[in-house]
Amino acid sequence: MIKAVMVMNTQGKTRLAKFYEYLPVEKQQELIRGIFAVLCSRAENVSNFIDAESIFGPDSRLVYKHFATLYFVFVFDSSENELAVLDLIQVFVETLDKCFQNVCELDIVFNYSKVHTILDEMIFGGQVVETSSSEIMKAVEEISKSFLYPFLLCLSKKTC
Amino acid sequence: MEQLRTFGRELAMGSQGGFYQSKEFLDLVKSIGEARSKAEEDRIVVNEIDTLKRRIAEPDIPKRKMKEYIIRLVYIEMLGHDASFGYIHAVKMTHDDSLLVKRTGYLAVTLFLNEEHDLIILIVNTIQKDLKSDNYLVVCAALNAVCKLINEETIPAVLPQVVELLAHPKEAVRKKAIMALHCFYQKSPSSVSHLISNFRKRLCDNDPGVMGATLCPLFDLITRDVNSYKDLVISFVSILKQVTERRLSKAYDYHQMPAPFIQIKLLKILALLGSGDKQASENMYTVVGDVFRKCDFSSNIGNAVLYECICCVSSIYPNPKLLDSAADIISRFLKSDSHNLKYMGIDALGRLIKISPEIAEQHQLAVIDCLEDPDDTLKRKTFELLYKMTKSTNVEVIVDRMIDYMISINDNHYKTEIASRCVELAEQFAPSNQWFIQAMNKVFEHTGDLVNIKVAHNLMRLIAEGFGEDDDNADSKLRSSAVESYLRILGEPKLPSGFLQVICWVLGEYGTADGMFCASDITGKLCDVAEAYSSDDTVKAYAVTALMKIYAFEIAAGREVDMLTECQSLMEELLASHSTDLQQRAYELQGVIGLDAHAVEFIMPSDASCEDIEVDKDLSFLDGYIQEAIEKGAQPYIPESERPGVLNMGNFRNQDHHESSHGLRFEAYELPKPAVQPRIPRALLPSTEIVPVPEPVYPRETYQTPVTPIPSNPSDAGSAELKLRLDGVQKKWGRPTYTPETSTSNSTSQKTVNGAAQVDGPSTVNSTRETYASRKLQVEISHEKQKLAASLFGGSSKPEKRPATGHKVSKASSHMLEKSHVPNSSMEVASEKTAPAQTPPDLLDLGEPTSTSTAPSLDPFKQLEVLLDATQDASAANSATSASRSPDVMALYADTPVGIHNKDEADLLSGMSNMSGATARPQPTKGSSKGPNPKDSLEKDSLVRQMGVKPSSQNPNLFKDLLG
Repeated sequence: MIKAVMVMNTQGKTRLAKFYEYLPVEKQQELIRGIFAVLCSRAENVSNFIDAESIFGPDSRLVYKHFATLYFVFVFDSSENELAVLDLIQVFVETLDKCFQNVCELDIVFNYSKVHTILDEMIFGGQVVETSSSEIMKAVEEISKSFLYPFLLCLSKKTC
Repeated sequence: MEQLRTFGRELAMGSQGGFYQSKEFLDLVKSIGEARSKAEEDRIVVNEIDTLKRRIAEPDIPKRKMKEYIIRLVYIEMLGHDASFGYIHAVKMTHDDSLLVKRTGYLAVTLFLNEEHDLIILIVNTIQKDLKSDNYLVVCAALNAVCKLINEETIPAVLPQVVELLAHPKEAVRKKAIMALHCFYQKSPSSVSHLISNFRKRLCDNDPGVMGATLCPLFDLITRDVNSYKDLVISFVSILKQVTERRLSKAYDYHQMPAPFIQIKLLKILALLGSGDKQASENMYTVVGDVFRKCDFSSNIGNAVLYECICCVSSIYPNPKLLDSAADIISRFLKSDSHNLKYMGIDALGRLIKISPEIAEQHQLAVIDCLEDPDDTLKRKTFELLYKMTKSTNVEVIVDRMIDYMISINDNHYKTEIASRCVELAEQFAPSNQWFIQAMNKVFEHTGDLVNIKVAHNLMRLIAEGFGEDDDNADSKLRSSAVESYLRILGEPKLPSGFLQVICWVLGEYGTADGMFCASDITGKLCDVAEAYSSDDTVKAYAVTALMKIYAFEIAAGREVDMLTECQSLMEELLASHSTDLQQRAYELQGVIGLDAHAVEFIMPSDASCEDIEVDKDLSFLDGYIQEAIEKGAQPYIPESERPGVLNMGNFRNQDHHESSHGLRFEAYELPKPAVQPRIPRALLPSTEIVPVPEPVYPRETYQTPVTPIPSNPSDAGSAELKLRLDGVQKKWGRPTYTPETSTSNSTSQKTVNGAAQVDGPSTVNSTRETYASRKLQVEISHEKQKLAASLFGGSSKPEKRPATGHKVSKASSHMLEKSHVPNSSMEVASEKTAPAQTPPDLLDLGEPTSTSTAPSLDPFKQLEVLLDATQDASAANSATSASRSPDVMALYADTPVGIHNKDEADLLSGMSNMSGATARPQPTKGSSKGPNPKDSLEKDSLVRQMGVKPSSQNPNLFKDLLG
């Protein structure tokens, strides 16, 4: 099962943090800081996997991927496959990319709740439920559309 | 007009996704982003919290504004600040009618609250209502919240609705409902135990997304209880087969791979189901082989699937062909430039060597490369692998490497782990006592108190008892080498407490035993220790006791005792110590020094730490003295319980206790317990009970104290968690305990079994052979790495083994002559012993053509074909195997009503034969061919899948799902 998903930038600022096991806020911050410290110390061209047991307790692994200014970090246990999680990050980022057209750090910051929606479509209660980027997009678009109707309604009322 | 502009902007934002945020929020994000320091950021956030606190409490805030405040709160909490003042507002938002607002509310509460929070009770009602909503998006939002917020007590409140949703027309809802049910199962298995069958049913859902999601709970269920799901093996195999044949919709293709994530999950499940089950495994061989063949190596995800295949192959009942393919893939991984693949390769190698140890040999150089890689993760993984393949022939190299790495890292967690592994390996495989002690010294020196204190006690016991051999000479050699090394180590600054305790104990016990060092040397060192670590009372206590022993031995040997001045001052200082334990020890020391040789020898016998102490509880040796006293007119002793006055005294505390109630006592008085009187003479009474240490076991003290008798028989020693094998250890050590490993030494068997791996096998083996040859001729030319490889893996290549071990021993131990014989002879024994053990490969050759041909009916695909050919009536009376299996499959549907329409059946059969390709007998096809039309193909896919899963006509649920 997936224990946590985090997005942070290269300066260590959290852009997204979702923990699938409840943790108090202070503990979350501590973990994020711990992870960032490890990420910083990693050289280029090394593996994307880190043994996270010293940070997250027994049976936890960490896979990260570095895109431009952002680190995408997934923490999970032995029931997942590291390489597959690496691709899951890829799916996540591809979906974000489709959603925001050339996603950049600012998109994630400013569309905070939308990123959460995308993540919720992918991972549900710590389990990966959807791995098809197009299916995720479909679901997210339907939610967006439903948001749009009230505005259109208001707009037509006002103009009339 | 102003409003209109706002709406226009909202519309613009909405078209981008409808997740509108105001300028204020953007400003906040921007200013935090631009903050130069953590303090500045905090200041901004604290300001923001103030603003929000004020604003959020205002009456009649428009919904849109409120939603934005909540988003800001979520953002603030993500940055690590407390936003609890707004929780209640988030909860209120979930009650809203507007989907947008409601979703935001749900998002906020799932992030803010945990299932134990007090506010949950306010949300349950809303969730209940929302689960019944007509708008499926509302239902989805509610289901999201369900899995995070519903706790064990509230499960019954929402369970009926969630179960209802399992049959919802929208696949997104079904998917989430099944996951919510899984969450319930994780939280409280008993609450949903009657609904477990739903997971099986959803496996046949016609949406691949729902099917894929269902694999998660099934994986979980199977992990907990494998045996109840053996009947699903055929289903999983056929799903996997169809996935690899690209029967799922194109939407699940990822980098040209058909639904790789589903494949991975299925392989994981198969690995569980096939573990140790020959029959189940046989069903899987073909499909796993297919997956191996169809995966492409170029993409990351392809490799992920391949890795999972290896895991599966190494978990199920072994099949030589699959093991060969797995070995191929592993060598590909290890040769790759990508660190990720190397990591996976090392991990996979670790799994596979359990079954076929010979493959490690081919990859020795690759493994050593990984060991020297700058990547820490890879290094650790490699150490894990080495740990798994340690045996007595390579333990020295591996443990030395581990210790070097352990010294180089700062991570305490990993340091502890690797230290305990070193200790474990050293205890299991140590080739010689000297080496063992040296290795332990290093571990202690560098990890110190991170190591379990029991390891220290084991080390002391080992030195005290030797290795259980009768050879006293070897034992005393061991001790003097220990003493020597400890005297040297004491020169180092800052030693850990646990290690110092061991040192003090050994010095006290054996410091002067061999006469190499005189008492004043040792006592001087001990005084230095007590002085240098004056804040550590335990170490001081050990040091003082060690001093006492040394002086006692000196006195007993009739030598003049000349107490050093520093020792004298230490004793005087401790006589006034605040620690009663130290004080007592100092008094004891003082007392012992004043005694004569005879008495001292009696109370402090030399080298008696292993002796059992017989405690004469009746103090019979005093009988004569008492007799004498009584004759002289003394009063005889009256036991305490028989003394009238003492009874009150004994219960005094009890009465004290009861006085607080001031009432009459109605219950009988307790029987007076005779207080345990210290009947041991004061001077001999030890003070172990008072010592403020976690583990009050001072092995040397035990001859005085009845409290902690040293376990002298091995069964007692076994109670310690970290067990040191002391009984007959010498016989065990030096022989590889992991016998399957040695089977690799038989290179002929490797050639026959390992066809593909043979290609690069000999080259590496040859290179190491050359190394040995060249080493024989001209000393020390060979490459460093190859040497390492030879010492790591050399144990498994037979002819060169002798020179290798001989070389190592000469390097490692001082008394090479006797030692070099031991490993060699033991190697011979080992190889003789394992030679017959090499026959098992024949037993394992299950997948060989010969064996499969005997049971062709077990092949699931043939079965499938048979089913396709047959009419439904015939299928019931079909091959024995399928008939025997079908009842199990049918059991799934026992609880669903039977309603079959003939027409539907015909459709189904035709569709099925249509999709199952060339293998099926040509039939009048009804549907069109596998076109690009996703809906069509999806429907057909599910048809075929279901038919594959349940090759039977009595499948009512199927029809219900498919045709409404």
